[in-house]
Amino acid sequence: MPFKLTEEFKAKAAHICARYPRKDAALIPLLQELQGQAGFVAEEAMDALAQYLELPYARVKGVVTFYTMFNRAPLGKYHLQVCRNISCHMAGAPALLGRLKEKLGIAEGETTKDGLFTLSTVECLGACGTAPVLQANEDYFENLTPEKLDALIDDLKHGKHPLKR
Amino acid sequence: MILNMESILLKDNVECLEGYFAAGGYKPLKKALALKPSEVTDEVKKSNLRGRGGAGFPTGLKWSFIPKDAPGPRYLVCNADEGEPGTFKDRELLLKNPHALIEGMAIAGYAIGAAHGYIYIRGEFAAEAALLERAVADARAKGFIGRNILGSGFNFELFVHRGAGAYICGEETALLESLEGFKGQPRLKPPFPAVKGLFGSPTVINNVETLAAVPSIIEKGGDWYAAIGAGKSAGTKLFCVSGPVNKPGVYELPLGVPFRTFLENNCGGLKAGKKLKAVIPGGSSTPVLTAAEALAVNLDYESLAAAGSMLGSGAVIIIDESQCMVKLLQVLARFYHHESCGQCTPCREGCGWIEKLLNRLEDGRGTVKDLDTLYSVAEAMLGRTICPLADAMAMPVMSFVKKFRSEFEAHAAGKCCPPDAAGEH
Repeated sequence: MPFKLTEEFKAKAAHICARYPRKDAALIPLLQELQGQAGFVAEEAMDALAQYLELPYARVKGVVTFYTMFNRAPLGKYHLQVCRNISCHMAGAPALLGRLKEKLGIAEGETTKDGLFTLSTVECLGACGTAPVLQANEDYFENLTPEKLDALIDDLKHGKHPLKR
Repeated sequence: MILNMESILLKDNVECLEGYFAAGGYKPLKKALALKPSEVTDEVKKSNLRGRGGAGFPTGLKWSFIPKDAPGPRYLVCNADEGEPGTFKDRELLLKNPHALIEGMAIAGYAIGAAHGYIYIRGEFAAEAALLERAVADARAKGFIGRNILGSGFNFELFVHRGAGAYICGEETALLESLEGFKGQPRLKPPFPAVKGLFGSPTVINNVETLAAVPSIIEKGGDWYAAIGAGKSAGTKLFCVSGPVNKPGVYELPLGVPFRTFLENNCGGLKAGKKLKAVIPGGSSTPVLTAAEALAVNLDYESLAAAGSMLGSGAVIIIDESQCMVKLLQVLARFYHHESCGQCTPCREGCGWIEKLLNRLEDGRGTVKDLDTLYSVAEAMLGRTICPLADAMAMPVMSFVKKFRSEFEAHAAGKCCPPDAAGEH
């Protein structure tokens, strides 16, 4: 089915565009809106947004592929993002990542078969004083230990820690 | 030097507008609006406040570069794209004192004649962005933001704009590109943003911490602020410390505090059994200091420059003897290679080349010749690109290889890391 921007989206989009003197400046916030609804930005959604903002499709695709937070395919319900930069590295991030891989039975960039977890590594999350840090969807989990990590995964599996998308 | 002075930026019970207002907040805005815009800028010049994002450029001077007679709009942009590895000070400030930033922006907007401001906050800071949106709405409801602020006739609209995951957008012209809805690829300078910035108009871009210091400067005067700190390094700075210390976190201290005092008094020293090996004093792109160098340095712009490094963002990364310097540099190289926007050849190719060389050394396939290659590639990147990302890669490489060469040579000879670090690989 072809992708169609909803009237609700268009109303919100008009409001967001009004913050800028040129409406194409709203491209990134609008992509964030679309991703917020679907969990990812599909090719068809890029095309529809390009038409809506009267932009070349290549401009939209270029932006989506430049920024790491845009997903071009659906992810698991919980996107686990382990920081691998220097402070988290020194605080044991490699061991935490290894533990997650083993526990979930997946490698970086993969999603568990039940569609619950996607595992990624990310660069500095800006929370180095509470390293090691993991971001699950939009929430930060800091000062992680193997025990806290296990508890988090169990909670997520049992729906005990509802996260925003 | 007074070390137990009252904090200017990190205060308690000012998260909400009520608390901030009760503590005297938004009085400086009223005071500023009764002055001429040029008088506000002069006060900030007098304070010797310098950019807290890393470059340390004098803030008042930056504001005065906005052409006085330029027609059309002007913009004020706050750089809240905190992402320099080791840096987490702006996050703390946004959570604890968001109205200092909002008030600072209203004052700065008035000084430069901007009717619109944008806070560009990194995309990952979702909770912080939501909190900031709320704080801006609260300020707008009380008439501190919006039309005819406090009856002065000055209009200032403020918007929160979330990034989408790209370290390079912390570079001010990449940030502008991103804010305009493009890929975050830095622009050639000149023209500088003060002349041709956001949407082609004169623009000032300041860091969160810089703007948050402005209300106190207006309230108490530039001379008061200039007297804090050490000479040209005026005022207080947020230092964020990470690594194996007993009390990692964000500390507000007058510039010029000796590193040794900071480590022992504020950070509670190194964790039991850990021995200091090296310090990255100002975020991952600043040259590393040996333990001896660090213990002799004061934390201010001039002292760190004299020691061959930089104050940067105030991100103090503590490295202990159990860490392998080759491995840590590999972690940084992977980061810079990943974050290079790909525009300039020396950066795009150089970061990748450096990462490959470090991968080889870490895997035990490296040679002593690789060390010289590593150094020369870094040297060839310095100062040859549009933006400083290439320098940000080259500086750690050159300082790590120069100061910890024996560890790199040991890797080239097939011997690996200190025993404690080996398990982390």
